[in-house]
Amino acid sequence: MATKMIDMTHGSGGRSMTRLIEDLFLPAFDNPWLSAMNDHAVLGPSSGRLVMATDSNVVRPLFFPGGDIGSLSVHGTVNDVAMAGATLLCLSAGFILEEGFPMETLSRIVSSMAASAKSVGIPIVTGDTKVVERGKGDGIFINTTGIGFVPETVSLSPQRVVPGDKILVSGFIGDHGSAIMAVRENLSIAGQFLSDSAPLHDLVASLIKSGAEIHCLRDPTRGGVATLLNEIAAQSGTGALIEEEAVPVRDEVRALCEVLGIDPLYVANEGKLVAYCAARDAERLLEAMRAHPLGRAGAIVGEVTQNKGGFVQVRTSFGGYRIVDWLSGDPLPRIC
Amino acid sequence: MSLRYIDEFRDRTIALSLAKKIREEMVPGREYRFMEFCGGHTHAIYRYGLVDLLPPGLRLLHGPGCPVCVLPMGRIDLALELALNHEVILTSFGDMLRVPGSHSLSLLKARSMGGDIRMVYSPLETLRIARENRGRPVVFFAIGFETTTPPTAVLIRKALEEGLDNLSVFSNHVLTPPALKALLGAPSSEENPTIMGFIGPSHVSTIIGTKAYRFVAEDYHRPLVISGFEPLDILQSILWLIRQVNAGRAEIENQYVRAVDDQGNLKAQQETLRFLTVRPDFEWRGLGRIPESALGLRREFEALDAEVVFGLREKDVADPKACECGEILRGAKNPEDCRIFGTVCTPDNPVGSCMVSSEGACAALYNFGRFRLAGAIKGES
Repeated sequence: MATKMIDMTHGSGGRSMTRLIEDLFLPAFDNPWLSAMNDHAVLGPSSGRLVMATDSNVVRPLFFPGGDIGSLSVHGTVNDVAMAGATLLCLSAGFILEEGFPMETLSRIVSSMAASAKSVGIPIVTGDTKVVERGKGDGIFINTTGIGFVPETVSLSPQRVVPGDKILVSGFIGDHGSAIMAVRENLSIAGQFLSDSAPLHDLVASLIKSGAEIHCLRDPTRGGVATLLNEIAAQSGTGALIEEEAVPVRDEVRALCEVLGIDPLYVANEGKLVAYCAARDAERLLEAMRAHPLGRAGAIVGEVTQNKGGFVQVRTSFGGYRIVDWLSGDPLPRIC
Repeated sequence: MSLRYIDEFRDRTIALSLAKKIREEMVPGREYRFMEFCGGHTHAIYRYGLVDLLPPGLRLLHGPGCPVCVLPMGRIDLALELALNHEVILTSFGDMLRVPGSHSLSLLKARSMGGDIRMVYSPLETLRIARENRGRPVVFFAIGFETTTPPTAVLIRKALEEGLDNLSVFSNHVLTPPALKALLGAPSSEENPTIMGFIGPSHVSTIIGTKAYRFVAEDYHRPLVISGFEPLDILQSILWLIRQVNAGRAEIENQYVRAVDDQGNLKAQQETLRFLTVRPDFEWRGLGRIPESALGLRREFEALDAEVVFGLREKDVADPKACECGEILRGAKNPEDCRIFGTVCTPDNPVGSCMVSSEGACAALYNFGRFRLAGAIKGES
């Protein structure tokens, strides 16, 4: 590519923009819908109900151990659609680039997106590129929207969650947030943490195939498992009781959280899901989860309760109780 | 899976056996009132649900050892003045940014109004900011007890060594022993019940040593057990306090031997006193003006003293009327006794400082324990 940096002409709709699309996006994403060079993609008919989800990615740093903004933007939306129990159809991608952003970095990010989409087997069928003036953006923002369809027989939603349901987590929590925090805070231990960024559509398919009565699936991204538990409690009018010792957390993540004074339950994940299911099917679901490579460390961590006020409680390792509340602001390290 | 030096101090079996000993050794019908001085202990007590393990005859009073909590609104107003009127780059710890000053204005709100306020994890990050902004004044809003003071001293030394003449320090460092003295010297009453003993600071004691507390036993005849921050540390310290009270002893005991000795960290003490000196007095939220209870910059370093450089004049500002932080910080009231606890005053919209820091008694109860107040069933539905 001739130019080394993004300039305003790359978003102006003129010749440079067409070249950016033809030289970078088309070969990377390579599919018939994009090659048609329309402003839209026409999709074929599908059976079942349509599912749609969107996600904007503004992560810093752009590249982190275990992933980058490109793979994250694919996985995030894939997972949001998959949590409905849906089969994925396609993705769109919108880029907001800052003037002066290195073309080489953009190219790396686009290649990573393409590789992630390819591994999921989902085409990126339409897109958009805008350029903002230097200082008006933060290098690159990516929005992706995904469409999928879910068969009539599958119905997953918080409204189906009832007291007595078991709560499962699909593996070690807090890996993504730890990788980001360690890099961002410039901690010398940064190399030990790897983001768990991964597409969960196949794990979801295995869980549904197990035949267990699943009531709700959700991925604990920003705000971590704690925030997810509070969301579901509020939306289903229930409470929850979690066994602190049952929650899978890697030793290094626990150690980092101890140092920073943060609870791993609040740390972000990008490749985990939380499943609510009928108590009698919990073991069967756990078995299906552990049989999948992305659910090996899965565990039953607690159950849905009828507690007044929708409190999410944790039973600590020696039998005391505490609330796991909504976050107020960012989790901040304690000062002494 | 286990984390060494962490999990040993959170062992369930030992916790339950300590709790059993506490129950057995308490004299029936007698109320034991101990104060945990540090917010770190308050936090741990609620975080690990220790309350559920302790019998009702044992009352834990939450003390003033939360640096964000005890800073009066007048000092926060000065920080706001620095950020908004003197247009400095103000650096401070995260918790400090959310504490409201007068007119519910906090540093976080001041930032949205255009103030250049930056959160740092270490005071030394201020050096880099000062280096990168040589044309602008940069002020470190220093808060904390003896634990966080030595890093401020190091910041001053490094700024001098580098010749960073745009960097100054707004010191709000406070001292533990004078606050203990103020608590012990206050006349006891129905509303101000006698504190029978103290769970003493852990991290502060690594700096000042056990010797700093002798007056508690010698002059005031109360036991004090220096305790680590882990749940087992706290339970063991409570047991030791009960034994002292039962035996009529008043001694300074050190449960936190793995980190604290008699003399403390002499190097940190020297470095601190090289640059900082004891102020004649200092205003504390809840405890009033306490003599010789805080540190300011030595006169020879006044070129780095933000109070001198910017001519700051502290005004007395009364706490919001409905807020009971003062009583709570003295151990005279519990968070749930405050009328606005959990209604008007919440972590999202704090009125008083005790609701801001995770070490504040109100935030600890709200975040971890308020299901008990709501009458929610503990655990099982």
